[in-house]
Amino acid sequence: MNAVLPDGMARVTLSGVSMEVSIALVGDVGVGDYVIVHVGYALARIDPEEAERTLALMREGGVIGSSEMMEALP
Amino acid sequence: MKYIDEYRDGRIAQAFARQIAGEVRAEASYRLMEFCGGHTHAISRFGITDLLPANVRMIHGPGCPVCVLPVGRIDMAIGLARRPEVTLCTYGDLMRVPGSRGASLLKAKAAGADIRMVYSTLDAVRIAEAEPSREVVFFAIGFETTTPPTALAIRLAAAKALKNFSVFCNHVLTPAAIQSILESPDVRALGRVRVDGFIGPSHVSTIIGTQPYEFFAEEFGKPVVVTGFEPLDVLQAILMLVRQVNEGRHEVENQYVRAVTRDGNAIAKGEVAEFFELRKSFEWRGLGVVPYSGLRLKQAYATFDAERRFDLADAGGEDNPACECGAILRGVKTPTECKLFGTLCTPDTPMGSCMVSSEGACAAHWTYGRFRDRARSAA
Repeated sequence: MNAVLPDGMARVTLSGVSMEVSIALVGDVGVGDYVIVHVGYALARIDPEEAERTLALMREGGVIGSSEMMEALP
Repeated sequence: MKYIDEYRDGRIAQAFARQIAGEVRAEASYRLMEFCGGHTHAISRFGITDLLPANVRMIHGPGCPVCVLPVGRIDMAIGLARRPEVTLCTYGDLMRVPGSRGASLLKAKAAGADIRMVYSTLDAVRIAEAEPSREVVFFAIGFETTTPPTALAIRLAAAKALKNFSVFCNHVLTPAAIQSILESPDVRALGRVRVDGFIGPSHVSTIIGTQPYEFFAEEFGKPVVVTGFEPLDVLQAILMLVRQVNEGRHEVENQYVRAVTRDGNAIAKGEVAEFFELRKSFEWRGLGVVPYSGLRLKQAYATFDAERRFDLADAGGEDNPACECGAILRGVKTPTECKLFGTLCTPDTPMGSCMVSSEGACAAHWTYGRFRDRARSAA
């Protein structure tokens, strides 16, 4: 998200394409946050810590909610 | 693009594929239904089925919003659009959905009806505000992701005291459709598919949370893993489902923790509860009449309800008899089992709804899968 605009709107950018979307459905978002946008509305904010944790688990080959790991990547 | 590219890493995908292959039991079968059209598209686009062992089969579900809209509702929308005073605003992918006798919104527009494609419900409100002499109707369709935007449009129109804005409501509910696939007598008669586990939708779940799936997991003994739309998300979810099946568990697990919580989006759920109520039943393409599966506007907002404003009666239309969309939406048939697929029915000239939206099983297979079929038959 690049800017918060009046009337519950915000400017967002995806791969260089910029557009105005409504943030009326998500409470606490601000500039720098990543949001999921659907039909012109932000539906959810991406939790950066959970995103990083999921990615770390994927790189180690584990699954969410499990401590098991699979073979290390080549 | 952050939060997208890293979830598409091919090396990690290969590692997941090896892990899944190592954990599946040769004698078991894993029939996994991805409910959501977004997943159908992702699975086809990224070739995920090619990474899976033969006994892990992905079955496309009915979660493509355009696909499940029955002919009768399309006919009603076309009828509305043909009224001289009406401007019908619609999401673009509805334009080519076939109605009765080859009709579509696109053809109605070509014949002079005032039909406008919008990206957001807010565009429809803007048109109503700018053109007070037109009766602006928003053709509202979709699951839990598109319903809150429709609710907010009604809120805005009410705040602006717009007298010329209304909504033709066709919003439907994901849990009701899953339950129908699992137990409805209609679906049983139409042909039912065995499902060993569900890939739960991404965006829908950001709104409703994971809690609504707990009932199916418990009542029907089917594991559910809610997952994101990127290929590594889907592969990780498949591994989680394989493990649940192997261990005899049937729980709701959340792979998409970066965006989905157990309770979902309270603001969005509140908006929906303010403006909408359950219909006793609603007809779906492919599933038939499903009890308590659709929404309509509450009496308090009746002035914004196009069905009441224009006194619309339910029109029962028939699908093209050769079209297999119904069976495909239930996961009973695959696109290539339809004799229209790729011959009479292509995305340019769709005969059935599954060929229209990029989320439809037929459109996804046409775009990404048919080359694999060709390679396979040539081999």
